[in-house]
Formats: sequence, C-alpha cells, structure tokens
Amino acid sequence: MAGKTLYDKIFDAHLVASDGRGDGTGEAILYIDLHLIHEVTTPQAFAGLAAAGRKVRRPDRTLAVLDHNVPTEGQALGLAGITDPDSRAQVEALERNVAKYGVPLFALGDPRNGIVHVVGPEQGRTQPGMTIVCGDSHTSTHGAFGALAHGIGTSEVEHVLATQTLRQTRSRTLRVNFTGAPPPGVGAKDYALALIAQIGTSGGAGYAIEYAGEAVRALTMEGRMTLCNMSIEAGARTGLVAPDETTFAYLKGRPGAPKAGAWELALAHWRTLVSDPDARFDREIEIDVSTLAPMVTWGTSPQDAAPITGATPDPEALTDGVNNAPRAAAIRRALDYMGLKPGQPLAGIAIDRVFIGSCTNSRIEDLRAAAAIVRGRHVADGVRAMVVPGSGLVREQAEAEGLDVIFRDAGFDWREPGCSMCLGMNPDRLAPGERCASTSNRNFEGRQGRGGRTHLLSPAMAAAAAVTGRLTDVRDLL
Amino acid sequence: MTPFTTLTARAAPLDMDNVDTDQIIPKQFLKTTERAGLAKGLFYDLRFDAEGRAKPGFVLDDPCYAKAGVLIAGDNFGCGSSREHAPWALQDFGIRCVIAPSFADIFRNNALQNGLLPVVLPRKTCEALMAEALGGNHLFTVDLERQVVTSPSGAAFTFEIDAPAKQKLLAGLDAIGETLTKADAIDAFEAAQSQSQPWMTPA
Ligand code: SF4
Repeated sequence: MAGKTLYDKIFDAHLVASDGRGDGTGEAILYIDLHLIHEVTTPQAFAGLAAAGRKVRRPDRTLAVLDHNVPTEGQALGLAGITDPDSRAQVEALERNVAKYGVPLFALGDPRNGIVHVVGPEQGRTQPGMTIVCGDSHTSTHGAFGALAHGIGTSEVEHVLATQTLRQTRSRTLRVNFTGAPPPGVGAKDYALALIAQIGTSGGAGYAIEYAGEAVRALTMEGRMTLCNMSIEAGARTGLVAPDETTFAYLKGRPGAPKAGAWELALAHWRTLVSDPDARFDREIEIDVSTLAPMVTWGTSPQDAAPITGATPDPEALTDGVNNAPRAAAIRRALDYMGLKPGQPLAGIAIDRVFIGSCTNSRIEDLRAAAAIVRGRHVADGVRAMVVPGSGLVREQAEAEGLDVIFRDAGFDWREPGCSMCLGMNPDRLAPGERCASTSNRNFEGRQGRGGRTHLLSPAMAAAAAVTGRLTDVRDLL
Repeated sequence: MTPFTTLTARAAPLDMDNVDTDQIIPKQFLKTTERAGLAKGLFYDLRFDAEGRAKPGFVLDDPCYAKAGVLIAGDNFGCGSSREHAPWALQDFGIRCVIAPSFADIFRNNALQNGLLPVVLPRKTCEALMAEALGGNHLFTVDLERQVVTSPSGAAFTFEIDAPAKQKLLAGLDAIGETLTKADAIDAFEAAQSQSQPWMTPA
C-alpha cells in the first residue's frame, strides 16, 4: 500500500464519521480543532443558531477577533471610534454574540487583536496537525504550520459552532516543489505569484496543495504563511507545509502553545506530520526559484502576474492554445480597467498609493523587509503610502525595533491593525482611478475601492514603488 | 433549506470567466446582519455607476431576464472570497441554478448549503446554451434527479454531481440536524483526543 500524504493523515485523524459507503466519494464529518471567527461572516450564523435554540459546542475552541470592518486609527475608543453605522452594528453583533455564548474575543484596542490569520499563529493557537476553519477564504494561511486549514461559508460557520465538526469531501492532492535558492529580492510572495501565473486562478481548484522543496524549507514561518495564504488565489482552498524545526521554534513559548510536559508530547506527534516518502500525489509541479525575478500583477486577477522586468501582454499576439478569444477578451478588459496599454513595460508605471499590510504581508518580517528598502529614503512626491501592521503585537514589536520611525520619517502613514485597504470595507480605500502598489492578495476590479487599480507585489517591492513613485525592480535599490 | 428537484425557468447568459464573489456582491453589502434582501447588491458595480445611477447593458437588467432562474457563465465561477452573501444575493434575485464550465470550491459549497444548484458542463456546451438563452423568451429545464439540463431547442445535456450533494439538495436537508444525530461519535472523538493529545484542549 502506498504511503499517505500529510493532507490525508490529518484528514483521517479527524474523521468522526463518514456516510458509510466507504468508496471515497462520500461525505465525511471532520472534527474541527480550532474555529476562528470575525464580525463579517458570523451574524447570520449566530442568528441561525439562536433561532434553532442551539449552543456553541466548544467556545474554548473558538476565538473571535475584529478585523474586516475596523478603522485603522482611534481603536482605543472602541465602538465610539467606528463612525460607519453598519460596521458598528456588525462589531456590536459579534460582541453581543460572543458574550452570550462565552466565546473569547480580543476587543478593539487590545494589542492581541488584529487580522484573524495573523492572530491565530501569533497566539500559538494555530498548531501542526490541527483542523482549522474560519469564515474567510484566506484561512489557508494557517497551513504554514502543517495544519489542515480552509475557509468556509456562513452556513458552515453555524455548523461548526453547533457541532464542532464540518461535512467534507476529500480533496485531490497537488504537491508544488520549490527548488533552488532565490536570487536577492525574490521571496515567498514572488513564489506564490509565479505559481498562480503558471497554473491560473482555477489551477488548484479541487486540490489541497502541499508546498515542499528546499526553497520552502528555507522560508521563515512568515514566508510560509505568505505562500499558504495565496493558495486560495490559485483556486485551492487549502495549502500546507510539513512542520519542522522552524515551525517548532516559532511556536515555543507562545501563549496557546503546549506547556512544559505537554510540549514534548506534542513535539513527538508533530514530527510524524510529513507526507510518507512513497505517498502519491494526484499532481506535481516543480518551480526552480533561482530562475524567478520579483513579480507584480498587471491585471485584475492574481494570475495576471509577470516579472517586473516584463511587460503587459498583447491580446492580439496570443500564441498559446487554440481558443484564445476568451483570454484575449479578458486581457483587453483587464488592461482597460487598469488603464494600461498592451506590451507596456511594468517597470516605470506611475502609482498613486502604496499599501503595506493584509493577512498576506503584515507580519514583522514583512515590515522589516519593507523598512530595509525605505531606510534613508523618502516616499516620492504625490504618493500616499501606508503601513498597517497585522496585529497590535506586530505593531508593538515594530515600534520596539524602531521600524515605525523609519516609515514615519520617510513619509508613510503608520496605522493601527486591521484588514484596512485589502478590501476597503473600512474607511481605508482607493478612489476611482487611483493606482496602488499593494502587498495584499486580490487585485479584482473594485477590491480596494470602486474603480481602484491594484498591483500585487511583495513588501520590498511595495517599498521600492513608494520611494520611486513607480513600479520598480527592487533589486535596483538593494 | 428549500429542496431542489426540478426547475423550469429562463436563463441569463453571463459570458465572463473568473466571475469573483467581489463582483457578485461587493463589500459594502456585506455589512448586513441579515440573509435577506441582498438582490439589490447583486453585480452592483456592473449594474450601477459610482453615483448609483443604473448603467445600461447588464444582462440581468434586460427585462427579458428579469425572471431568470438560471445563470449561465464562464470558467471558475465564484472564485475569491468565501462570502456566502454571493449565493444569498443570487437566490434573492431568483437564480436557483448556475451553469458553468467550473466553479470555485468554496462558492460551490456555499451554493449547496442554500439549495442553489451548481451545474458543471463543458465550455462548448455552456457556449451553446448561452446562444440559446439570447432573447430570453425560452425556457430551460434542470432536472436534478435525472441530472439533465434540457435547452429550449430540446437538446438534453447530462451533468455530474456527487452523491452527497445531490442527496442534500433533493431532500433539502438540515445539515446541522443531521450531524447532531452523530453527537455520540463527536463525544467519543473528543474523549479520545483529550487522552492522546491533551495539549489540544485550550487551558
Ligand atoms: S486582510 Fe484581506 S484577505 Fe486577509 S482576512 Fe482581511 S480582508 Fe481577508
């Protein structure tokens, strides 16, 4: 019998029941170890729970944060600092619901609060081998720890609240091997964008991705989180990395991590969480990172990514495949929305805004990478740039290292934690036509504000764009 | 959940790939604490300009599709955010079935939770169905039991759907109620895990 993949090991270890046909097509009931919740995708779930007279089965395995709606200033004021009445109503609803059911919540202004996918790992609540869900598609982030983590909808949130389980069918498995050593200026965000450019935004649909290879082993936990975070942009609900010494070192001593005696026990279990050498994957892809350049998107889908040394595509000159008409139409539409011409070099495109933040790139290492480029330079004239740390603790850490001073001196706005301009549900958003270099994960039309134009890139590349006022090859500034 | 058995309705063609959930229902409509009333935000940015004035030309605003119950779209429908507001908004408009060459995983799940049927058919077939849907004065029939879409011209197309999803839709099952009948198994799982992996239970 062939060995098991890491995905299958975790899946099998959480089987509560399956529908009994045993032919692999049936639905399984999986136990959920950690359920993260936030204000936007939960009100209807709690309402459904209350209407059916049900309880939250495991409030202790549920953790609530406030992130999508919250303004990134004045958080110490609490609710009073939220002027938008609808946003305030959602925050109030979450506060009311967690109080009613005894679910722990990090309140606004609590330094432990922040973006849900930054908070879980930072608190040591995200651990290897766990099943983790959240009503948010970027839950794949937690897979960086060798956890089976994915986003769910609101009905499923209600299901998990009531039963601490989820009904699931098994995914196929895709292993992506990142080999080689990256050139300077190239990192996890570039790996992710290069992969999505190659397989497309539906290339991972139906698959659980395992990231492997020496380039992944060499990544820090922050880098692995960036990579797993973007899995959903490749269409895969979940992406994971087998845990190793880097993972264990990151977790040790965090508030939610196993203590003293339990730590050794946990470690022994965690070390078994690897795909067996003879495990069979449904698909394998290899990308040699030594061939990559810093990446940037030019269009309105994360797959519209290219090396900064490249140019926008020419829809008239498509050569690949037989049916180019839909692709050409999509490119034309994207270039039109983005205000770019076919064949236009990416380096040199003038930008108006810079956003360093989001659950993809708002951790301490991301801020350090950006600050290293910004140090001793200044934000270009006419550009508005902001840094939004992923949590209050990231913000405190950055301030302890003096990064806030580097950013402020350079003319950046230094904000309080939250999703901020990643999705423009709070006051931070683009005006129509504004062009933004953004470390977030989605460049869909209107994502950062109606009519806004988003170029996805790494924190270092965003910093380079901020100080030059244009999309710039960060390697020129190293 | 309302069961889905057979639907006979007009179909609206939306010839776009990668229709993401931000497009289906933009973020400003996610601030509700209700499930109902989301049709007003459906495809908002495609239907209205920045000042909230109606933009002509969007397919669902064409009077002949005002009562459409089926949407036919391109590849990777529903990609992006996990917002269940997307199927809620489609259903609030009256759409009970989306036909496309492929769907994003989370959207598909969310649709199934709400009695909205995602039908996967090859791109060529979808293109042919879109052509038949033009003008809108025709009826399509979607029969879930037989797994067949019948177009106005009478052509029949068989589609695949996995058994659990089909069962759930046909019966309109309450998934939570079903799972709670397994409460003993959940108890047993928790008891075993707290023995073998005591660190998993938060202090
Ligand atoms: S930062 Fe953006 S992608 Fe991440 S959870 Fe918030 S809104 Fe979603």
